[in-house]
Order: sequence, then structure tokens, then C-alpha cells
Amino acid sequence: MALLRHTPAEITVDRKALTINPAKTCQPVGAMYAALGIHGCLPHSHGSQGCCAYHRSALIRHTKEPVSAATSSFTEGSSVFGGQANLLTAIQNIFSVYEPEVIAVHTTCLSETIGDDMTQIVEKARSEGKVPPGKHVIYCNTPSYVGSHVTGYSNMVVGMVKNLAESTGTKNGKVNVIPGFCEPSDMAEIKRLALELGVAANVFPDTSGVLNAPLTGKYEMYPAGGAKIADIKGSGDAIGTIALGSWGTAAAAKYLDSEHKVPCEIMGLPIGLEDTDAYIYALSKMTGKAVPASIDFERGQVVDVISDYNQYLYGKRVALAGDPDQLIGLTKLLIELDMIPAYLVSGTPGNKFERTIREIIKGTPAENVTKVKCPGDMFMLHQWIKQEPVDLLIGNTYLKYIARDEDIPHIRHGFPILDRMGHTLFPTVGYKGALRMIEKMLDALLTRRDRDASETEFELVY
Amino acid sequence: MDAPIKEPLVTPGIDPEEAKKELLAKYPPKVGRKRSQQIYIKETDGGEDREILANVRTVPGIITMRGCTYAGCKGVILGPTRDIVNITHGPIGCGFYSWLTRRNQTDASGDVENFIPYSFSTDMQDEDIIFGGEKKLKKAIQEAYDIFKPKAIAIFSTCPVGLIGDDVHAVAREMKAKLGINIFGFSCEGYKGVSQSAGHHIANNKIFTEVVGTSDTPVRSGKYMINMLGEYNIGGDAFEIERILEKCGITLNATFSGNSTYNDFASAQMASLNAVMCHRSITYVADMMETKYGIPWVKVNFIGAHATAKSLRRIANYFGDAALIARVEEVIAEEMPAVESALAEIKPRTTGKTAMLFVGGSRAHHYQELFRELGMTTLAAGYEFAHRDDYEGRHVIPTIKVDADSRNIEELDVEPDPQMYKPRMSEGDMKAREEAGWKFREYEGLIPDMAKKTMIIDDLNQFESEKLIELYKPDIFCAGIKEKFAVQKMGVPLKQLHSYDYGGPYAGFKGAVNYYKDIDRMVNSKVWSKVKAPWHADGPELTACYVAG
Repeated sequence: MALLRHTPAEITVDRKALTINPAKTCQPVGAMYAALGIHGCLPHSHGSQGCCAYHRSALIRHTKEPVSAATSSFTEGSSVFGGQANLLTAIQNIFSVYEPEVIAVHTTCLSETIGDDMTQIVEKARSEGKVPPGKHVIYCNTPSYVGSHVTGYSNMVVGMVKNLAESTGTKNGKVNVIPGFCEPSDMAEIKRLALELGVAANVFPDTSGVLNAPLTGKYEMYPAGGAKIADIKGSGDAIGTIALGSWGTAAAAKYLDSEHKVPCEIMGLPIGLEDTDAYIYALSKMTGKAVPASIDFERGQVVDVISDYNQYLYGKRVALAGDPDQLIGLTKLLIELDMIPAYLVSGTPGNKFERTIREIIKGTPAENVTKVKCPGDMFMLHQWIKQEPVDLLIGNTYLKYIARDEDIPHIRHGFPILDRMGHTLFPTVGYKGALRMIEKMLDALLTRRDRDASETEFELVY
Repeated sequence: MDAPIKEPLVTPGIDPEEAKKELLAKYPPKVGRKRSQQIYIKETDGGEDREILANVRTVPGIITMRGCTYAGCKGVILGPTRDIVNITHGPIGCGFYSWLTRRNQTDASGDVENFIPYSFSTDMQDEDIIFGGEKKLKKAIQEAYDIFKPKAIAIFSTCPVGLIGDDVHAVAREMKAKLGINIFGFSCEGYKGVSQSAGHHIANNKIFTEVVGTSDTPVRSGKYMINMLGEYNIGGDAFEIERILEKCGITLNATFSGNSTYNDFASAQMASLNAVMCHRSITYVADMMETKYGIPWVKVNFIGAHATAKSLRRIANYFGDAALIARVEEVIAEEMPAVESALAEIKPRTTGKTAMLFVGGSRAHHYQELFRELGMTTLAAGYEFAHRDDYEGRHVIPTIKVDADSRNIEELDVEPDPQMYKPRMSEGDMKAREEAGWKFREYEGLIPDMAKKTMIIDDLNQFESEKLIELYKPDIFCAGIKEKFAVQKMGVPLKQLHSYDYGGPYAGFKGAVNYYKDIDRMVNSKVWSKVKAPWHADGPELTACYVAG
């Protein structure tokens, strides 16, 4: 008996109003995640306390790490009279009890709908002396009825540069690198690659060392990792910005360009060869640093593995659900591996997504095969799979229900991953990440082949 | 066998008054004054006639363990019902976060409806907020009906829905008339009330008015029919309880709401007794069912082997049938040896260890039974969303002040149902029972069961939990996912008592054994001794040097 037994193969109802099994969640959780990528930052959710509880729970279940965040704890009164008093009280309490360097406030659908003015309230907090000297309050607007968690991430990154970035007129020789919505492990890998090139990279947000911290016997509310406030301030003096993943980062990169004359290059999240090459090349061109042999070595290993295992990947059909920047990177990787990204759904709205996917698959065997729905949901994805099956699923933990019902191998990728480990510790970006993705795909496909093989066909060597 | 366990409890080596001062020291004065009333120190053994401040607003900026009204309504009460299509009316987040994240197991084997793996949302966009979302909601209900043909659809309001004034109840009425199935809405916006508790109340009221009593064909039949209220089947708890009841010959008519179905609710008025597990989330349903249908209720607890035995005896005693009473004794006698033998092996390794429990509902009380069975002492405990009666007992209910936050939760005015009211026990019988020491509608609360010098803390927050652990260094801390990893970073294992860390069941006899094993593993795991690297654990002095001089 199937768990999703009520999902029909045929699409008999043209759904216009009902989302079923969403492939996105709301803005504030993305804003909270981005804020955790600043060292010494306490995220603050301006709304009723359930939002904060839900967002913390989602991030904690995904990372298996502590996630501290405060809330304005609205009740009915604050919803009627406005949340200013709650936020002012909260700012004062937070600085005295939790002593952060910075409070990163994001709004919720509640505070947005009643129209709380963040600029005015934060200004009032400052003028009333509720923000201790040397400490900061940054903010952004994240109504949940716009965009998705990816948009919320983007808005908080904009909040960082809007509230903190300064330009002194003297360049500091650094390159800003803004990673899109990705794992702490990915942010660490993006940093490592820059270091390998000898580039002074200013990576923010940077959740590495915050959301994959060690167990030491002491609870650190502000673990050692994260982008330093001084560095985010200095982003206005950088020689350039590399923005990795346009949905999550373009807005902040463009802001630094227009406000602080820091030129930017906006490219994809470096998943797979092409976009990792683009990142490395951009770092090299921006700084004049030559690409070291060690990078050629890493890259060559990926090409080697692709050639070694091509026959097991060639033509395999994959269904994917997730965030636009991630899906664009994964689609490029699949095409590099001669695989077919058969179905893609993303809940994050934006017409550019489908156009980008169409460009990537142009002239490949996938061109007339791939179906894309954006905004789409997992119910839709499942219906397509029922009509014509796939060999592999890539997406967050919620896909496991489809995987079980349809007996399809499933690689967990994206947000949230609730039931497996590794994503916060091992990257899927860069050349190392590409190797790991290929390993995971081969593992899933060949384990399946071993399972299905008859005794006669069961092979020792692949 | 069901006598209270008299184990020598470990007395905390710390003066609780000093500990309390530590917890409060860092707060601004106003916050400190409020928190001071929510931290209660036991002065004597047994009950005490003092007030604890509970069910009041969380202080803005304080990192609380609490959630919201929507979470209580959709997540806790309606979530476990498998055959209702639950549509969240609002932006996508609320529906997403309440999608399969509360481990309500359900037995949907066979070709029955099961919507639990689905998340339904109207995914409101900014134009819906500006122009109103009622049209979209109606359309969503129609689409859900066309695809799934459910017997009932429930609508849950999120924060912005209340603000823009969408009338979910009017939409429900209109669509109910149009589609001919039961459709009802909940005004459970997150900002109502001060915690999940308000959401439980809103959910239960609506289930009571819209569903209970609408069917006179119970799904099951039996000589001794009871309902189980406030049991959510986390990790299969309800299945174990059901196994035991069935073995005793007691029929579970309906559970509110673990492994529940629409028709179970609809015919709940057919039972002869309501057994209440979670005092907080649902006693008003028990009260209302008594008034409307004449079904008495008793408090039970199936967490802990002795508590289970005691609860079974209480139920059997209520029916008063000698055969049933004898059968219950047989079952207890059959089940206990496995429990005793597990304890004999494990208890030497857990005796004398200490625990702290801060969880919602009644769990911070119930689970102390299991720790007591393991010879462990609870040093501090408290609830996430309790009211005073959960701490002090039901006798304080008339003295609880109704504030603005409670006033906006509807109190139903219930009267005996002209057709269906049927007292299960005559007034005389009930009185005689009570005189013989029987306790209907009684709950004495958490405080009387805790040891002298222990602490009872309402709405604990992250800062205080960190301080408590630093001061007391308990062997295990019980709370939820939000607390888990912060506590474990301090080298103290945390047992999640909302999701059970994906273990369980912990209810009943088999559940007790599962719990003993899990706690033994957690408090005795080697990992906690590996926290310090040898070069840190051995002290700062290097005693040898291999570098050639």
C-alpha cells in the first residue's frame, strides 16, 4: 500500500489554488540561516513566536546543531497596536542577556501585514540607547507571502551589505565571495578554493564553523566560525564581488556595485565542472593570480572519474526538486555526465528558472524530454513520475515518500535534509563536491543494479 | 504492585535558592521579577499551597521553547487524524513546517484513506494579502475535493489571515453546502494566546461542535468501551496502549488524537468512559462530553510500568465488573516479569543518576515515573505551555485569573444533549464511589509528585537551561529538538520527549522496557567520555618530549 496512495497519475485537475507537498518554504527561515553566517550574530524573528520556533526547528533538524534565535513574541495586542514595543523590548533584553555582536532582525508575514517599519523601529532603538556602543542591529523585510526561503536568504544578505558595508575610498585588495543558499560544508569549500589560489577572499555569509561545530563540552552560543563583521563592513572596499547563484546573491552583489562601486560577477553555484571552472577563472581574472597546479589536479580527477564511469550514468533519467540555484548547478552536472534531467520542480517563483534550464539542455538529448514546473510542487513531480518513470531522484528528505512508493533510488540534496548526515560536513560544490555527487549517484545506481540483478548476472566488478 | 515507588531520591547538593538567584542574575529587573514568579522551589515533600506563575506571555527577545497557536491546533490536535484533508490557509511556511514533523504514527494499512503524508496549503501570495484570500481558499477546497474526495476538510488560519479578515468559517459553510461533506475552519492564528495551548483549545472546541456526536455507528463495539484523550501516538505509544487494553478486554472506541480517524471522533459519544492522558491539551473535551453526553472521565497515565498497571486498575474499577478486574490483574501479572527482568539488568547502572525534564503537555510529569523506576531523581522539571492547574492541581482552576490572552479563546457553553445525554453512572453511584476514595475529574498536578528542594520552572528558556546544566550537571536532560544540540554540546545527553529521538514506543509495559534501554544507552554511552582530547584531559603539562635535545 503506497504512502502517497491518493496521488493519481493522470492530471485531471488543473490546480490554480492548492499547493500539495511544496518544494519551497518561507522567506524568514532563509534569512535566519544567512544571519547565522555572521560571527557573533543572534537572528531575531519579528512576529509571533511560532515562526521562530518552526524556523529554528527546521534548521536544527537539518544541521543537528544548536540554532539560537529570538522572537518578538507577538500576541493579539501587538498584532493590533503594532510590534514596535515588542521589538524595542526584545533588542534591550537580547543585548543584556545574550550579548551578541549583532542582532539580525527579519520580519514575518505578521509584522509585514500590520506594516511595522523596521527602519524607524531600529532607528528608535539606537536613539534610545538600546543598542550598546560597538554593537549592531541589521534588518531586512521577509514577508512569507513573497518568494521563498531562497528569497529570504537573499534579502538578509542584502541586509548585511546595506546595514554594514562601508567604503573608505581605499581598496583593501580583497574579493567578496557571496555563496548562494548552500551548506556550511559548501561555504567552507568555496573558501578553500579561493585560498588555494592565494586570493584574499571575504566570504559572507559563512555558516561553516557555526552550523557544523565540534562537541567540546562547552556550549558556544556564538561558535568560532562565521563571517566577521569587520569583513562585511570592508566589503565596500573590495576589488570585486563574485556572487555564486543569482537567486541567493545577485541582489547583494548589485547593491555593492551600485552603492560602493565594487564591480561584480554573478555566476552559478559551483556545482559540476563548468561552474566550478567559472568560479576559479573569475577569482584568477579578478586578482591576477595564476591558477595553481593543485587545482588542475583536482579538476583532472573529476574528468577522469567521469570518463571511467560514463556507461553507468549515460542516459539515466533523473527527477529533481529543490531551489533554483541548486537545480541549475545540478542540471549542468547531469548534462556533463550525459544524464537526462527529466523532471524539475522548484517552489521558488521566477520565470528565469525555466529559461535557464532550457538554455542548459539545448542541443542535448534532454532537450525535448525535460519537463520543468516553477513554481511547482512535489505532487506534480510525482504525477509526472507515475506517467513515465525515472532512474534516480535528487532532492530533500521529503522525496523519500515518492522514492519508497515508486521504488526509485533517492539522493538527498538541498533543504531540508532531516534523516541523513554528511551534507553539513562534505561539500557538493567545487571539484571535490563534483566527485562526491558522482560517487553518490554511482552508489545509488549500482547498489540498485546489484539488488535487481539475477544470480547469473550478479557481477563482482563494475 | 501499583504502590508509589519509594526509592531513596538523590537530594540536590545545591541550595535551590542560590541556583534561582544565578538563573535570574543576568536579567533586566522587569524580566527578573516576572521570571522569579515562574521559578518555584519545593519546600516540603508532597503538596504545597503556593502559586506558580504560568500561561503568561513570553518576554520578547527571550529565547523560548514555545511555539504558537497554529502549531497547537493543526500540528498537535488535527495533525494525527489520517482521513481529514487539512488545508493550511496562509503563506507556505506554516504548512511546510507542520508537514510530518510531529511523529504521529498511524495505522493506515488496508485500503483506507491516509492524508498524513500530504501537506496542503493555499500558499498565499502578496496579491491574496492585498485583495483577500477567500476566493483562493474556496478554489483550493474545490480542487482538494476533486482530487481526493475526502469525507472532511479542515481549514487552518495563519497569522495574516486573521489580520486581513478572511472569514474561513463562512467559506467552510459555503463549501460544505456545495460539496456535501463536512468542512470546518479554525481561527488558530499564531498570535492568539501565549503558546500552543490556545491552539489545542481552539481545535478541541471545533472538533467537539462540528464532529463529535454526528455519527451513531461506532467503528468498534465491546462490553467496556472507553475513549483515550490526549494520546498522540508518538513512536507508536497508542499501539502499545491499545494492545494492552485489548488484552484486558477493554475496547478503545476513539483516541483523541493518535492514530485517529474522522469517524472515531464522530462516534466518540458512544463510549462509557473517557480516560485522559494529557491533562493540558484536552481535559475540556472530557468535561464537555460529560456535560453533554454523561460520560465521566478519569485521569490516567500509561507512561511507566507501575503507572500503566495503576491506570488499568482504575479503568477496570470504574466498570466494577469482577471478571474484568480479574482479567486486568492477569494481564499485569503476565506483562510485569519482562519489565522486572529488564529493570534488574539495567537499574544498577542508572540508580542514583539525575534528570531534568522540560517538555510540553503532561510529559514532564509522566516521564518522572519511568525515571523513578530506574532509580533516578528528577532535579528540575517544568512545562512549555502549562496553566497553573497542571502544576498545582485542578482545585485551583476557579482561582485562575482570566487575562486578555485567555479571553480571546472561545469557551463553549455546553448543555446536556436532549437525545444523546445518558448518564453512564447514577449520581448516587458516583457519590458512593467518591466517598470510597474514587477520583473523577481529578488531577493533582506536577508539584506534589516532586521531591523537596527540586525546582519547577514554567516556560524555561535557553539561557536558564544552560545555567541549570552548569550548576547541577544532570546525567540527562529531557526537552525538545530546539534544546537538544545546545545541551549536548555541554556534554550532557538530551532525550527528546516530543519526538523520542525517533525511538519508542515508551508507553505501557513494552514501552517502559524500551525507555529503560534507551536511557541506559544514553547515560552510559562512551561518547561523553571522549569529549576532551587526551592532550586536554590530561592537563596542560607535557611530561615527555621526543624531540632530540
